[in-house]
Amino acid sequence: MTTALWVFDIAMIVTFVTLGLSQILSMVRLVIGPTPGDRILAVDTMVINGLGIVIALGIYQGVQIYFEVSLLITMLGFVSTVALARFVLRGDIIE
Amino acid sequence: MSADIIGTYAVAFCLLIGSFFTIVGVIGLLKFNTPMSRLHAPTKVGTVGIGMLLAASMLHSFVIGQTSIHELLIMGFLFVTAPISANFIAKVNIHRGDCETPPSPLQDDTWSTLNTPQEDRKNEAAGQ
Repeated sequence: MTTALWVFDIAMIVTFVTLGLSQILSMVRLVIGPTPGDRILAVDTMVINGLGIVIALGIYQGVQIYFEVSLLITMLGFVSTVALARFVLRGDIIE
Repeated sequence: MSADIIGTYAVAFCLLIGSFFTIVGVIGLLKFNTPMSRLHAPTKVGTVGIGMLLAASMLHSFVIGQTSIHELLIMGFLFVTAPISANFIAKVNIHRGDCETPPSPLQDDTWSTLNTPQEDRKNEAAGQ
């Protein structure tokens, strides 16, 4: 069991470092992105990476309380992406 | 090997696969050249990456004895909404002329996403 727990700890550390690095790299694309489509895509990717960080935190602490948080983040991320894209497309969100 | 040890290894495996696909998608988002090819890379983050993290969360809840399969809800919602948001971002790219215009269709005058609806045409004519 000790070997399995060691492997699990290593995988947990790798996951947190990778998700943080992904968040930083998508922030680079958000800053330099030449077109509005790229910026919307970078925001969408950042929301999804934040969702992954919340899920990994739930696994690390071994509690179920983060389920509602991740569901809300998912829904808000989708709605904000569609709203931004519609605003760029039509100049208005709800016509 | 008891079920706990196998489950812990499975959780670690799912976590590693999820983080691998996440970093691959984000590197693709950063390194590709055109907006449309940048659009294709982060879809892997949303489906495979987060899907494997949620699978790891479910397996971990089985291992520690607090069984929950709520995560299937998040997975289903992500799998349904990822193509919709990707379609909207692709429409933004097409309408702003950030990508190559697609070749003209064989039968109709223009693609439906570039077409103006009949009501809007009447309004434009009346306004002018």
